[in-house]
Amino acid sequence: MEYVLAALVGLFIAIGTYLLLSRSVIRMLIGLTIFGNGVLLLIFTAGRLTREVAPIVPDGMEVPAGPIANPLPQALILTAIVIGFSMFAFLLVLAFRAYQSLDADNTDTMRLAEPENAPNPPLSY
Amino acid sequence: MNTVIFRTLAPLIVAIMLVFSVYVTLRGHNEPGGGFIGGLIAAASIAVFGMAAGVNTVRRSLRFDPMAVAGFGVVLAGISGLASLFTGSPFMTSIWFYVEFGNSIIPLSTPLFFDLGVYCVVFGTLSAIALSLESDREEDL
Amino acid sequence: MGGRGVAALGSSLEAGIGLAAVAPFVAAILAPFIQRFAGAFAGWILAIVPASIFIYLLGFADTVIHGHAVASSMEWIAAYGINLSFLVDGLSLIFALTISGVGTLIILYSGAYLKGHHHQGRFLGFMLAFMGAMLGLVLADSLLALFLFWELTSVTSFLLIGFDHSRQAARRGAIQALVITNIGGMFLLAGAILVYQLAGSWELSAVREMGEVLRGSDLYLLVLICFLGAAFTKSAQFPLHFWLPNAMEAPTPVSAFLHSATMVQAGVYLLARMTPSLGGTDVWTNLLVVFGGVTLIWGALGALKQTDLKQILAQTTIASLGLLVLLIGLGSTYAIAAMVVYFVAHAFYKAGLFMVAGAIDHEAGTREITALGGLAEKMPVTFIGAALAALSMVGLPLTIGYFAKEEMYLGLMSGEWTAILVMIVLIAGNAMLAGVALLVMIRPFLGEAVATPKKAHEAPIAMLAGPILLGAGGVVAGILPDWLGHEVLVPGASAILGRAVESHLTLALDVTSLLLWLSVLTWVLGILVYRQADAIRTVLRRFDKALGWTADTVFDAVMFSLIRFSGAVTRLLHHGQLEFYLVIVFGALAVALFGPMLIWGGFDWLVPTAELGDWSRRLVPPDLAPYEWGVLALAVLGLAAVVIAPSRLIAILSLGAQGTAVALIFLLFGAPDLAFTQLMVEILSVVVLTFVMTRLRLDQRDHRPFEDWARDGTLAVVCGLGVSLLLMLVLNGTLDTRLSDFFTATSVPIAHGHNIVNVILVDYRGFDTLGEIAVVMGAGMAVLALLRRQRKPAAAPAGAEGKKRVRKPRKAAS
Repeated sequence: MEYVLAALVGLFIAIGTYLLLSRSVIRMLIGLTIFGNGVLLLIFTAGRLTREVAPIVPDGMEVPAGPIANPLPQALILTAIVIGFSMFAFLLVLAFRAYQSLDADNTDTMRLAEPENAPNPPLSY
Repeated sequence: MNTVIFRTLAPLIVAIMLVFSVYVTLRGHNEPGGGFIGGLIAAASIAVFGMAAGVNTVRRSLRFDPMAVAGFGVVLAGISGLASLFTGSPFMTSIWFYVEFGNSIIPLSTPLFFDLGVYCVVFGTLSAIALSLESDREEDL
Repeated sequence: MGGRGVAALGSSLEAGIGLAAVAPFVAAILAPFIQRFAGAFAGWILAIVPASIFIYLLGFADTVIHGHAVASSMEWIAAYGINLSFLVDGLSLIFALTISGVGTLIILYSGAYLKGHHHQGRFLGFMLAFMGAMLGLVLADSLLALFLFWELTSVTSFLLIGFDHSRQAARRGAIQALVITNIGGMFLLAGAILVYQLAGSWELSAVREMGEVLRGSDLYLLVLICFLGAAFTKSAQFPLHFWLPNAMEAPTPVSAFLHSATMVQAGVYLLARMTPSLGGTDVWTNLLVVFGGVTLIWGALGALKQTDLKQILAQTTIASLGLLVLLIGLGSTYAIAAMVVYFVAHAFYKAGLFMVAGAIDHEAGTREITALGGLAEKMPVTFIGAALAALSMVGLPLTIGYFAKEEMYLGLMSGEWTAILVMIVLIAGNAMLAGVALLVMIRPFLGEAVATPKKAHEAPIAMLAGPILLGAGGVVAGILPDWLGHEVLVPGASAILGRAVESHLTLALDVTSLLLWLSVLTWVLGILVYRQADAIRTVLRRFDKALGWTADTVFDAVMFSLIRFSGAVTRLLHHGQLEFYLVIVFGALAVALFGPMLIWGGFDWLVPTAELGDWSRRLVPPDLAPYEWGVLALAVLGLAAVVIAPSRLIAILSLGAQGTAVALIFLLFGAPDLAFTQLMVEILSVVVLTFVMTRLRLDQRDHRPFEDWARDGTLAVVCGLGVSLLLMLVLNGTLDTRLSDFFTATSVPIAHGHNIVNVILVDYRGFDTLGEIAVVMGAGMAVLALLRRQRKPAAAPAGAEGKKRVRKPRKAAS
């Protein structure tokens, strides 16, 4: 079953990449989210899958009775989800503001920082 | 979205969600939950409340600026880590102490306060983002 | 080695060696504050630092004269066996005393020269910092410390030349000096590393014992080129000499100190220091003598070309540096003795003459030799200083310059044709320098008085102290040949050669000796040059004009083409199209994924082998329950819908669908915390996206030209496939569960928590989480800052219409 998930991760990455390569800023953002989800699943699957047994020690026991899901990738992913969302919100607002002030949601027309005909550096001391 | 049903039910839903978020956070050390999830639930409730009652009402009823709550959270988490300095152990070493409260013993610990700090940060930041996006939209319409 | 060895002095004295190099830096930091408080007296106060270093170093003289060296070392980078070690022997002591002694006078001089300049404090600070670097350079025993101080002198020199940074010429001079000397610095570093590889030690005192090893090595030529590259750039040897005249854009004290007496001598010092390790071979002798000789003649001719006093002196400095290099190249006892004496003589008279030039400029308002005359009456003390220095430069008896000249001729009396050739070069060079010395002494001071831009009068005492003391020093040393021989020549020359040397300096003039007549010949030629100076200048300038280009024009061309080249590269790589940046990023990702797998056999597991079984055995249907298939199908459907979404609402909803699918996968495989979190995030994402997206334009379809579509699609498929294969490869391997096992086993006993994931987050990895929540908060603040509205002033015309339309895109509003 892990191989099926591995294939799914590949699909997430592929779709995310394809959308990121778009010129429309909003599609890029959606692509970034999907790419991020793909990476979350990648970490999760790489830590091996265990069905339904959460990494929680039952009450009154010192250690879990049987095999449990790997807690380490879960801890990594948990913070990654929240940080990923903060970044997503930030990029979304950034794109929104860029659209408002540059009237452009196409990366080809966003050339404020790197204008098309940048002059040569000055040839003097 | 601003139907009467939604506006009437929203405060109720928000109240339940907020209480639930605190419950999820506090039980986090032993059962599924924790500061991240609790904060997210609380922030989502604030977002819902904002849609129903308007941003200004929410801001008034929050009393504190959400970013201030987030800042408080970072400080709280940092201080709970620093507490270990008094026992002479490295930064972030947890300290446990048990408070007798009537018949039950309530275990308190620095990780608990750390988790509350996480809760405050996630709740504060995300509700600040949601509220300012909402107010941005309100002014635009 | 004779009786040479390392003397054991008191540890406090030894520790002080390093302190001597550090103290000026401390003073440099304090200089601006002292200048602010003390004003005009800052020079006097700060001169205490070099003066006390001078006196402190004098304390070593006795030990060093008796043939001992004093070493001091402390650990620096212990892991690499690098020490911060210092060594005081004859050579370094002569240089260090010159630096601190001349430095004292220069600091005094600067206090008066730049009086009232609003950056005087900064200037004094730079000067002191340079002095510290230079002292460190000559006292360092570790090659790495030497390199460090070497580069520091380049940097401080850059700051000093560009001190008057509002003038383009100063900036150009500063950049030129920095570029040229730093190229040399890189050579030095390479050479130091090579020497370490060959000799096995960073310590110069150890390296000098390894001369045979170094000279016999296959890499000898490479090492030699590295050290010569360093020395020739620093000491302005032809054809890398051109930065030195341009460095004259610096204030005169800088020229007097850095570009005559000290910094440019660092190259000479390095060559002298490396003589026992690298010297003595044919290639060493040939290279040094040829380059030194050409530089000598070139500099002397250059001096005759100029009319600006500072430029004349700068060119003679180049000539003198060439002479010193030539003498080191000859390497005979006489030549090295001559080099030591000439170095001291040169430091005395050249620093003095520069200070005189500065005084003339300061008091008369011009440095043009053709616009000056008869200043002796108005500036008698300055004239005395100038005359003493110039006579030493001419090399008259009773001055130190005389002995320098005698010694160099003495070494070339063998009568071989090469010796005669070198002798002719030396006599020609010395004669021209003598002519220039007379020119500098006589033209401005004697003859008819000429009206100058400023009404000339005597310079203040702080500016006179230098020329007078240095000039007098030159004469005193010239009257006391025994002292000069035993206290300067012998320790210096023995330290360079690594064996005991005897002095035979004497005041007696022997009329039957050819030596005296060679000196006389030099003087006569010098007088001739002086009398014909104007004619020579005209001829030389005509020649220059015919040539049409100089080393300067070449340097400019190289620098500008470098700028153009970097501009072209920047435009090529930094073209401003996000799409192509991303194509490169994902292309690199594909290469990073597939490259290692191809190289290290990452696909072997795909091939059926006996061990793993063939495909039919491995191709078993995955053991997934129907509801699990359903979740996976939801994810796939969500993804597909996002790509082909015809409207933004559907795009948002399908994004939510795939996110929910991810949450469900987490839930199915034992991660309830993740599932909750992911679900909440998906809800919030949809909410936030709806807020923003409803106000953004989203094209109905993702229009891409076919070639873009093909390129993006290929990249996407390759990256996706690569990640899948990599993950499968990882799954084939074994999982290292030590960390997870530790967390699982100790979560309850140590951390008192039953939810292991939460325990990891808030306890075991609490520090990480603290950083992460700080990032979350930072992102939140950034969002708020972006969303904050700039309230338009009430008077703005748009205000009348109401706030509602203000935030429309600018284009639409106008």
